[in-house]
Amino acid sequence: MVVSCEQVWREISNYLDGEIDANLRSAMDDHIHGCKRCTAVLDGTRNVVELFGDERMVEVPLGFSHRLHRRLEENMPGNRRTFFGWLVAVAAGILVAGSFEVARSSVFGRPALRSELAQPARGVPPDMLVVVSTDGKTFHVPGCRFIHDKAHIHIIQAGEAMREGYAPCVRCMKEYLGA
Amino acid sequence: MPEEVSSRESSAKPFQEETLIQRIRNGEHELFYELIQPYERRVYAAAFAILRNEADAEDVAQEAMLKAFKHIRQFRAEARFSTWLTQITVNEAHMWRRKQHANVMEPIVDREDEEGHYTPRDFADWREIPLETLERKEVRQKLGEALASLGEKYREIFVLRDMQHLSIEETAKILGISTASVKTRLLRARLMLRDLLAPGFGGNWSSKLSFEKGTKPW
Repeated sequence: MVVSCEQVWREISNYLDGEIDANLRSAMDDHIHGCKRCTAVLDGTRNVVELFGDERMVEVPLGFSHRLHRRLEENMPGNRRTFFGWLVAVAAGILVAGSFEVARSSVFGRPALRSELAQPARGVPPDMLVVVSTDGKTFHVPGCRFIHDKAHIHIIQAGEAMREGYAPCVRCMKEYLGA
Repeated sequence: MPEEVSSRESSAKPFQEETLIQRIRNGEHELFYELIQPYERRVYAAAFAILRNEADAEDVAQEAMLKAFKHIRQFRAEARFSTWLTQITVNEAHMWRRKQHANVMEPIVDREDEEGHYTPRDFADWREIPLETLERKEVRQKLGEALASLGEKYREIFVLRDMQHLSIEETAKILGISTASVKTRLLRARLMLRDLLAPGFGGNWSSKLSFEKGTKPW
């Protein structure tokens, strides 16, 4: 059995996937062995499959998993709120927000920072989304090279980060460093 | 030596999955996170392959996961959970696309007759490709750009088959087309990507990348 270049190109994908019979494979092997162009097509196609098949080719956006879990949590049975549930939640939210306001303006002062050496934040918009890692001490803008322990990062609001004692990153949050 | 590339599989453990699914059905909903954890990336990738937009792909991935959770009782053990999840994602992404159809321009290659044979346009020599090159962001970016430039029907086949390592039959089932069509489109997708990438990468993998300017080869 003899095959042409065109036949090789038509079957190259099936050849790589092992989807052709032994006779055709043998004929293709013979042809490719003596044909520079078909060798280039085979090598290149195989490289395409190998490279794209590597799991490093799939990059998910920063915080994807965290946001996905939060969305699922909100929709799990038992977490879905009835109208009365929402009323309670809103009331609780107002109480919590109020208590934070009281705490900020009273003897309670600022929450303790996770690092004694860090500078507290000043003027950070509380709804700004920032990146923190579970065991880290600072919060960052997404993509900052100073993010510690990238395997355990979360995206949260800056207000929440500050309440949990995170301080602004000295590199990406310079403008929000306290005096 | 045969050049088998079709037998790779994900880290799915069917027995463990079956138990998890049963427990979730019985009310242990929090186990759903554990069930989907190995597939988060592939669900996002499947959505991105169709939508080519990070924000849309993330929304669709979330919708697909939610739908999978809500319909977990409908999952039948004769299919793999990963395939079922991918099918839901692809359907969600197509629905999303239909809703926003007016805003999306598809590459002209989508209108080509897929029955016609595809002839390689470039014969640059590509031999060794160290997979370590993928550590370089610019390499991943160039590969991603090449993939994004394919028409949707080629891109989605390529992603399901060569990036998610689904079988030809599973890919055909998910997309609702014949296995013959999967093979034809997969061949084209692979050859188009090779043609697109060969001029820039051929013989130049270990040195600085230099993509040549010019039009696409198709």
